[in-house]
Amino acid sequence: MALLEIRGLSVEFAGRELVLAVDGIDLSIAERESVAIVGESGSGKSQLLLACTGLLAPNGHARGSVRFDGRELLGAGDPAAGVRGRGIGFVFQDSSGSLTPHRRIGSQLVEAAIAAKPVTRREAEALSLRMLERVQLPDARHNLTRFPHELSGGMRQRVAIALALVAEPRLLFADEPTTALDATVQSDILVLLAGLCRDLGMALLLVTHDLGVVASLADRIAVMRSGRIIETAGAAEFLQGPRDAYSVSLLAAVPTIDRALAVSGA
Amino acid sequence: MKRGLWRDALAALRANRAAMTALAVLVFLAVAAIVGPALLDYREDQIDWASVAVPPFATEGHWLGTDRLGRDLLVRTLFGLRVSLAIALAATLVSLVIGVAWGAIAGYLRGRTDALMMRFVDVLYALPQVFFLIILMVVFGRGPWTLLLAIGAFGWLTMARIVRGQALMLREREFIEAAVVGGSGTFRIISRHIVPNLLGPVIIYATLTVPQVILVESFLSFLGIGIQEPLASLGNLVADGAVEMETAPWMLAVPASCLVLLVFAFNFLGDGLRDALDPRDR
Amino acid sequence: MSALLSLRGVTVRYRESGARRQAPPAVEGVSLDIRAGEILGLVGESGCGKSSLGRAILGLVPLAAGAVNWQGRRIDRLPAREFRKLRRELQCVFQDPYSSFDPRMTIAEAVAEPLRALRPDCSPTDRAARAAAQLADVGLAPELAGRYPHQLSGGQLQRAVLARALVMGPRFLVCDEPVSALDVPVQGEIIELLAHIRREQGLAGLFISHNLAVVAGLCERVLVMYRGRIVESASRQDLMRRPLHPYTRELLDAVPAIDAGARARLLRRAPRPAPAADESLAAPGCPFAPRCPHALPRCHAERPALQPAGASRLVACHRAAEWPEGLPAAGG
Repeated sequence: MALLEIRGLSVEFAGRELVLAVDGIDLSIAERESVAIVGESGSGKSQLLLACTGLLAPNGHARGSVRFDGRELLGAGDPAAGVRGRGIGFVFQDSSGSLTPHRRIGSQLVEAAIAAKPVTRREAEALSLRMLERVQLPDARHNLTRFPHELSGGMRQRVAIALALVAEPRLLFADEPTTALDATVQSDILVLLAGLCRDLGMALLLVTHDLGVVASLADRIAVMRSGRIIETAGAAEFLQGPRDAYSVSLLAAVPTIDRALAVSGA
Repeated sequence: MKRGLWRDALAALRANRAAMTALAVLVFLAVAAIVGPALLDYREDQIDWASVAVPPFATEGHWLGTDRLGRDLLVRTLFGLRVSLAIALAATLVSLVIGVAWGAIAGYLRGRTDALMMRFVDVLYALPQVFFLIILMVVFGRGPWTLLLAIGAFGWLTMARIVRGQALMLREREFIEAAVVGGSGTFRIISRHIVPNLLGPVIIYATLTVPQVILVESFLSFLGIGIQEPLASLGNLVADGAVEMETAPWMLAVPASCLVLLVFAFNFLGDGLRDALDPRDR
Repeated sequence: MSALLSLRGVTVRYRESGARRQAPPAVEGVSLDIRAGEILGLVGESGCGKSSLGRAILGLVPLAAGAVNWQGRRIDRLPAREFRKLRRELQCVFQDPYSSFDPRMTIAEAVAEPLRALRPDCSPTDRAARAAAQLADVGLAPELAGRYPHQLSGGQLQRAVLARALVMGPRFLVCDEPVSALDVPVQGEIIELLAHIRREQGLAGLFISHNLAVVAGLCERVLVMYRGRIVESASRQDLMRRPLHPYTRELLDAVPAIDAGARARLLRRAPRPAPAADESLAAPGCPFAPRCPHALPRCHAERPALQPAGASRLVACHRAAEWPEGLPAAGG
C-alpha cells in the first residue's frame, strides 16, 4: 500500500468568481520514495501541498481523498492536527518565516519535540542537538542558543529541516525548500535532503518550479500545469526525454553549464 | 489616470456592509448636526421654565427631555455634535497635514534631518500636555479656536511618528530606488511614491483621531477649560450629564449614546477604508 | 583605455550605527572595465557585495575609496543634481519585480515616469506614446499597460521593469539578480530578451547573479566575487572549462546537471556542513580559506592578490598555478 494516496483531489477558491486551483489530481507516494511535483507559479502545485496538510486559505475548499498510511486526511475537523505527530513533516520556502524570530533555536526545537512525542525535557534537548548535528549545522551546541536572525539563510533552512525531523516523520513535504537560497547553498540543501531521506527511510514530496534542481534527486517527477498533472515519469526516464511538449520546454529552460557553453559557441 | 484605483476602492467599500452602515450613520449625524437645530422649536440656549429636567417623551416638544435649566436636550446634543465634529475634523485635518508631511520627510531623508525632526517631536511629546493646553487657554482665552489650536499642536505628533515608520519601510522598497534611478527628485518621490502609499495607515489613524480629539475636548470641558456654557459640545454635555447621573440618567445617556455612536461609526469606516484602499488585497 | 565604464579600487563600507567594531567593507578594492556593447557578468553568493557594487555604480551608495569613471569622467563624487543628468544613460533592473513598481501606479504611468523627470522636452502625449512603444518592444501586450502591478505575473512585471529602464535609451544597464525571483522557464525568456536588446541596441551592462550558469548564458566575460573582492575574472569558456579558483569550482558544482549520470554524481558527494556565518571576518588570510578544500597553512596566513593567470585572466589564489588546466568537478 502506498504511504500517501491522493485520489481525485480538487481545490477551489471562492472569491468574486470560483477558481479551480487543483483539478482532480491522482498521485501516490510509496514508502521511502521521493517524488517531485514541478510546475510554474499558478500551476496549483503549492495548493496541492497545502490541501494535503490542511493549511489552505480560509476561502479554499478541497474535495477528493488524501490518505496517509490508510488514514483519511481530508474532511477531518483540523487535518493539520491529524497530520502533526503522525509522521508528516513540513519544510517551507521561507525559512525565516517558519522560525519564530524572538525565540532561541533550541527552545523551538525542544517545543516541537515535546509536541510530537512523549519525551521529557532532557530527552527533547538531546534530540534537538542530535537533529542539528544531523542537518550538519556546525557547532550545533552553540547554535541551540542562538536566534534565527543570527544565522544565514542556508543555516536557517537547515534548522527548519531539523525542526521537521524532530517528529521523526515518515513523509516530508517540502515546498520550494531552496528557491530563496544561493546556488551553492541550494545544492548543499538538496544533497542534505536526499541523504536524510535515504538514511532515515523517509519519503519526500518536493514541490518546485526548478526542474534542474530536483531532476537528479527525485525518484519520480510529476509535471503540473493549470491544476492537472500532465506527465509522470521516473526521473531517469524523464531526463532521457519527456513525452509531453510542455515538459520538454520545462527541461529545456534549465540553465546548465553545457547550455551556457553552447551559447558561447565553444 | 488614477481614477481606476480609486473606483476599485470605492467598489470595495460599497461591498463592505459595516463600513457603508457606518458611513450612513456618519452622514446622518452630520446632516442632523448641521440642519437639525434649525428645524426644531427650541434654540440651544433657550430656557423653558415650564419643563425643567423632564425625561424623554414626557413633554410635548422635548422628545429627548430637557436638562436642569429646561433646555431641550435634543437641540443641545445636535448642537454639541456640530461643535465637537467641527473641532475634531479641523484638528484631525491639521494633524494630517503637518503629521504626514513631517513624518514623510523625516522618514524618507533619514540621517541628520530625521534625527533633528524627530527629536523635536520627542520634546513636544515630553511636555505635559494638559499643563500646556491650560497655558494656551489662559494666554489666548477660552474658545473653540484656541481649543482647536491647542489640540492641533499635539495631535500631529503621533501621526508624524506613524508616517515616519511607514516611510522608513517604504523607502527600502525597490520602486523607490527605481524612481531615484529614473531621475525623480526628492519632492516628487515623497509626494508621488511615499505619501500615496502610506494613505492606508494614515486614514485608519485619522479616523481614530477624530473620536480621540472629541474625548480630549470633553476632558478639557470637564476641567472647565474647554467649550464654555452656554455653548454646547458633546464633551461638556456628557460632563454635565454625569453630574445628574443618579437623578436624571437621560442627561448623560443622550449625549453619551451620540458620542458612542460617532466613535463606533468612525472606527468601522476606518476599517472599511483600510481594506478598500489596499490594492494588493484584491 | 576606451572603456565605457571603469571602476578603480572601489570600496563600499556601510556604517553600522551603534557598532563598536567597524564592519568589514561590503566591497573592497574592485577594479573592472566594461566596453560599449559588453554585458559583464558578476557571480557570487548573497552578502558577497555584488549588489553593493551595482548600487555604487548607480550612485545609490557612497564610495569609501576608489573611483567610478563613465566615459573617462569621474562620476562617483558628482552632486545629486549633476548625477541626475547621467541617469538617462545609466539605468538598472532589480531582483524583485513585485516590489519594483509603485503599487498605486499603472504600468504605463510607471514606464513614462523617468521621461517626465529626465526628458522635460517630452509632452505628456509624447511620453505616453514612447512608453507604449517601449512596452511593445519588450513584448508586453498593449492591454497590460493600463493595469496595476498586482494584476501582472512576475515575468510580465520584469519585462515592464526592463521597459522602464530602457525608455530613455540608456547605454548602460545594471541588472541585479533580474531573474532570481522568477520561474525557471520565465528566467530564460528574460535572459533572451536582454541578449536581444544588447544585439539590437548595443547596450552595455553589469549582470549580477548567484547562478553561474545564468550569467554564463548571457555574458562573455565573468567576474567571480567572494566577500567583497574579485577572486577570479575570465572568459566564460575559461571559467566553465578551467576554473582556477576553488570558489569558482564550487559555483560550477552547484549548477545542476540534468544528464542521466547526474544523480549518481550528486549522491556520491558527501553532504557538506553549512559554513559558519561569521567565520574569519578579521582573519589575515584568504577569505575563502576556511571553506576551501585545498587550503594550505599559507592560505590562512596571507591574503592572495588578484594576479594575471594567462591571457586576459585574473585569479586570487596562492595555488592556482598548481592546476593550470582547472580544478576537477566534485563527485567525479
